[in-house]
Amino acid sequence: MTRRVRVWPVFVAFIAAIALEVVPLPGVLQPVRPPLPVMVLIYWAMMWPQRFGLGTAFVMGICLDILHGQLLGQNALALSVVTYLTLRFHLQIRIFPLWQLTMTVFALLTIEAFLQFMIEGLAGLEPFGFSRWSRVLSGALFWPLVLGIMDRLRTQVENRDPSFN
Amino acid sequence: MALTTVEREPGSFRSASPGLRLILFCILSITLMVLDHRNEHLVGVRKALAVTLYPVQLLVSAPFDIRRTVSESMATRSQLQEENLTLRQEVLIRSVRLQRMAALEAENARLRALLDSTEIVGDQILIAEIVSVDMNPFRNMLVINKGGSDGIYIGQALIDADGIVGQITRDRHYSAEAMLVTDVDHALPVELARNRLRTIAVGTGELDRLSLPFLPLNADVQIGDLLVSSGLGGTFPPGYPVGVVRDVRKVTGQPFLEIDAEPAAALNRIREVLLIKPGGRDPFADPDNIPETNKPATISAPPPADNTTAAGESG
Repeated sequence: MTRRVRVWPVFVAFIAAIALEVVPLPGVLQPVRPPLPVMVLIYWAMMWPQRFGLGTAFVMGICLDILHGQLLGQNALALSVVTYLTLRFHLQIRIFPLWQLTMTVFALLTIEAFLQFMIEGLAGLEPFGFSRWSRVLSGALFWPLVLGIMDRLRTQVENRDPSFN
Repeated sequence: MALTTVEREPGSFRSASPGLRLILFCILSITLMVLDHRNEHLVGVRKALAVTLYPVQLLVSAPFDIRRTVSESMATRSQLQEENLTLRQEVLIRSVRLQRMAALEAENARLRALLDSTEIVGDQILIAEIVSVDMNPFRNMLVINKGGSDGIYIGQALIDADGIVGQITRDRHYSAEAMLVTDVDHALPVELARNRLRTIAVGTGELDRLSLPFLPLNADVQIGDLLVSSGLGGTFPPGYPVGVVRDVRKVTGQPFLEIDAEPAAALNRIREVLLIKPGGRDPFADPDNIPETNKPATISAPPPADNTTAAGESG
């Protein structure tokens, strides 16, 4: 297989996910904004673990921390842990049927949200609000869609590789 | 879909053990969090990263800015006429009030001179716009398009046309993060305009509610009382409206009243804010000369405020 692969479309997907995280939504929709950065990260860590792993997760987490005005390192820690779990089990979850995969993603998103909840609690930032958990649910509901889009992106990226090298 | 993928790329999976890497990254992020917690040690790092990420913010807010510009330039003539009319009326009403205000200011200055009390100095003002990005959903924060490069500093007070909005918490050099008065971490020294009873207004996390948890049961508070900033604590200049008391509850067995107030500023609709810098030249009044007809205050804005439109001649 090729050594040099065009990965910029994937980075564009990452940046898009981060940007969608801060797009202003009306107040009603804010609790159901899916946590796209985590989902996209899970996808790529699962499908392409050689290229996207803990480093990507950490950098992405720092970006989210800055944009959200949260504690520096909070998202980075949560994303690193989730990515580690994904990497650890990527061979299993990759071949799951859709519903099982969705359940796994739901579990991973819950872990992520729970880590953030704990960190904020430890830092004394009054972690409250149910929107943290409603976002997890909405993330699981949106997962098939994200999966479809990312699968298309991946086939494109992979098909394009040889011809460009 | 996922089923069809066989391990495409050969080679080892993460030659360095992923567990080790995870531990490394965890230690790194925990160190960062500890250093950042009280917002002291990583100010420079945060600022540098925020400046790097500013393009993302611009990208996100661009469609909203464009829509705003388009809707402004596509307004019909009748809409504009209507708006013009309302604005004219408002200017008229306000300038009439301002005339009285100037006389009162002059009187106040005279009385203060008689009492040998210190003079009240005015505040400098800079106008900033809200950047259309969402912050942490659990906090009441926003981003404005002016930062340290425009002379904004941490702790500076934000107001809008109706009252106090919040204060600057983080400088991002070209932009800044502000915490609203309704944030759970925010507390603001206020006094009741009616009887100068001093207390603290604490944010609740809801955009339309402040809480006053520290007033004893016998305190003289009524629904409809106006809260103004008391100026204690030094962050907010005194005398700006903060909110209106909406609900006063006596809970049996509790030593304090439970009081809800509604913020004066329309926190979920603001597009522009004024940044106050206490102790500049007084922008609002000129006690020496009682103003001629309707000359609104010349707002002394520093040069970078490109969109100051507050000072104008009204017909």
